[in-house]
Amino acid sequence: MSSEPQATIAGNAASPDPLIRVRGLSTVLNGKTIFDKVDLDIPRGRITAVMGPSGTGKTTLMRHITGQLAPDAGEVWVDGQNVVKLDRAALFALREKIGYLFQNSALLTDFSVFENVAFPLRQHLGLPEVIVRNLVLTKLQAVGLRGAAGLMPHELSGGMMRRVALARAIVRDPMLIIYDEPFVGLDPIALNQILKLIRTLNDTLGITSILVAHELAAISRIADSIFLLAGGRIAAHGTPEQLAKGETPWTKQFFTGAADGPVPFQYPAPDYATQLGLAGAGA
Amino acid sequence: MAQRQSFQIGTGLFILLGFAALGYLATQTTSVANFSQGDSYDLKARFTNVGQLKLRAPVKIAGVRVGSVASVVLEPDKLDALVTLSIDKRFNKIPDDSAAAVFTSGLLGDQYVALQPGGSPDMFKNGDEVILTQSSMQLEELIGKYLVGNGDAAKNAGDKAAGTDKPAAKP
Amino acid sequence: MSSVRKPSYLLDGVAQVGACSLFLLQILKAVPASLRHIRETVRQVWFVGAMSLTIIMTCGLFVGMVLGLQLYYVLSIFGGTAALGTVVSLSLYRELGPVVTALLFAGRAGTSITAEIGLMRATDQIAAMEMMAVDPLAYVIAPRFIAGLIAMPMLACVFNALGIFGAHLVGVSWLGLDNGTFWSNMTSSVDVWKDVINGVWKSVAFGAVCTLIATFQGYTTAPTSEGVAYATTRTVVFSSIATLALDFVMTAFLM
Repeated sequence: MSSEPQATIAGNAASPDPLIRVRGLSTVLNGKTIFDKVDLDIPRGRITAVMGPSGTGKTTLMRHITGQLAPDAGEVWVDGQNVVKLDRAALFALREKIGYLFQNSALLTDFSVFENVAFPLRQHLGLPEVIVRNLVLTKLQAVGLRGAAGLMPHELSGGMMRRVALARAIVRDPMLIIYDEPFVGLDPIALNQILKLIRTLNDTLGITSILVAHELAAISRIADSIFLLAGGRIAAHGTPEQLAKGETPWTKQFFTGAADGPVPFQYPAPDYATQLGLAGAGA
Repeated sequence: MAQRQSFQIGTGLFILLGFAALGYLATQTTSVANFSQGDSYDLKARFTNVGQLKLRAPVKIAGVRVGSVASVVLEPDKLDALVTLSIDKRFNKIPDDSAAAVFTSGLLGDQYVALQPGGSPDMFKNGDEVILTQSSMQLEELIGKYLVGNGDAAKNAGDKAAGTDKPAAKP
Repeated sequence: MSSVRKPSYLLDGVAQVGACSLFLLQILKAVPASLRHIRETVRQVWFVGAMSLTIIMTCGLFVGMVLGLQLYYVLSIFGGTAALGTVVSLSLYRELGPVVTALLFAGRAGTSITAEIGLMRATDQIAAMEMMAVDPLAYVIAPRFIAGLIAMPMLACVFNALGIFGAHLVGVSWLGLDNGTFWSNMTSSVDVWKDVINGVWKSVAFGAVCTLIATFQGYTTAPTSEGVAYATTRTVVFSSIATLALDFVMTAFLM
């Protein structure tokens, strides 16, 4: 890791041995530049939030970290392994240590809640049924859904599905959990529970957590640090308090929710008046 | 668990049904129904001309199917057709001086081999050769000869049957 | 959907065939791993095979009855109605059984495979499996492929049996053909290997092609509702074309 030109932006001096170290990440998808030489470090045992306007590639970044998508250039180190260079077997071995909470829960529709949570256990560990049962019920108890073990996914509400997916993500006690938009569509009660769960999991199990979300208020309550992605780069980085006081135009717009700023509200278009035929009408 | 078992049973039933259907088709609607191909013995017969005789054509005695044609090959040195007849084991009392002839079922039907039982006390065994043979009647030849002249046709028909007396070494 | 580009149907078609063939290789590579999920394969035989039985049996019966009526009429012109059993059984075993079963299979089971896999794609279930270090090819695709290979010949045999029954119903019970003639003519001219087993081989090949296309379309679908709908349609279209084309090739070689 000799070249660290943007370490000042990305740098996380507090953590000499980050769990995730991204260097020079560049990605172009469908002709659109998603990342342009992004560097960032995610420390162990903390809750790190990744925020940014829609379409800035927050989920894409997670897919790079988990090796679902190969970047065009750059390195992604997770727990000492360069994900970009791993073969399928090594990648699968790494993923067994990562829990991933999908935006739409991604529960297997054919299986009951219990079987969904038991799925990773059954696939990888030849555990006796009693142990599987106890493990699954423990995790379901943690998310408050032990009583729903027999239900099918289509019988659950969105918030319950999210909690089942969370139980599934933590059933193997991973070293890293990635939460992709965990707060979307949750009512305030469920939101509070999920927040508490994330915090508890992080503190009691020492799991590293990455949160991808927009909800500023919610994130500010639990995140240890925030990366603000915008325009293919890291626009800002710091604790929630630091960012709230931030002076860059990106942070200002994002934290105040203003329509005008570096992130345009209007999709690029020809001049409004010209298109309506008003420009030349007066002449 | 109960649900898992029910579809396993269903799948098992489905597979059994499939094999039952296959077994039914294979045994009840095919030549296997008439004839078991497993238990059989082979006879050889030489013909000067087998006409349109095909593989698996029936071998009949008194019009009843007793076997099938297993192979038709040309003997390179004698330029005869060597036909192997596969006869069902059940019909093991065929006298060894019986004659074989290639006949046509109906006027234009498929050809088959007819065995005409002789009077010998000894019976055919596996690998024996049928010495008395009569070749196929070619309809075109018959018509041609009939047109040329009745006497000739009768004479030629006799010639064609010459294969009957052709001596051949018994193995 | 994919970005706008110049349409080149020929190149697109070639690319599809190529991608589909590579997908087949991937499936075959995943088959050993999928043997661990044998229960999933059994479940798929149930969904793909047993659930298609009703339509296969109904259609087999009607096809047999129609063949009985039509061929009785045609054969009566030549005074050969005695051959009804032979002609019906031969056309079923050699051609109609495997082909019609494959077409029905594409419509009944192929579409549901495509839709199911497409929805698993759209709802991130495939990605979730990847993230849980479970190979979706071994867990989702290969079991369905194997199930198709097993189910198709079974279904074709059931179809044939019902077809014979239907023809017998029409020929013997309604049109007054002699029962013995019907069966004896059939049994004397149908050969196990040349006719019945050849037909079975055909349907195994059709099973491979139809499930390959169905799984491929589902697996590569655009993860949207339109994408799934589009992929389902393509499954039926491509499966039918591939089945009939392959049928011609196999008939030419197996005759």
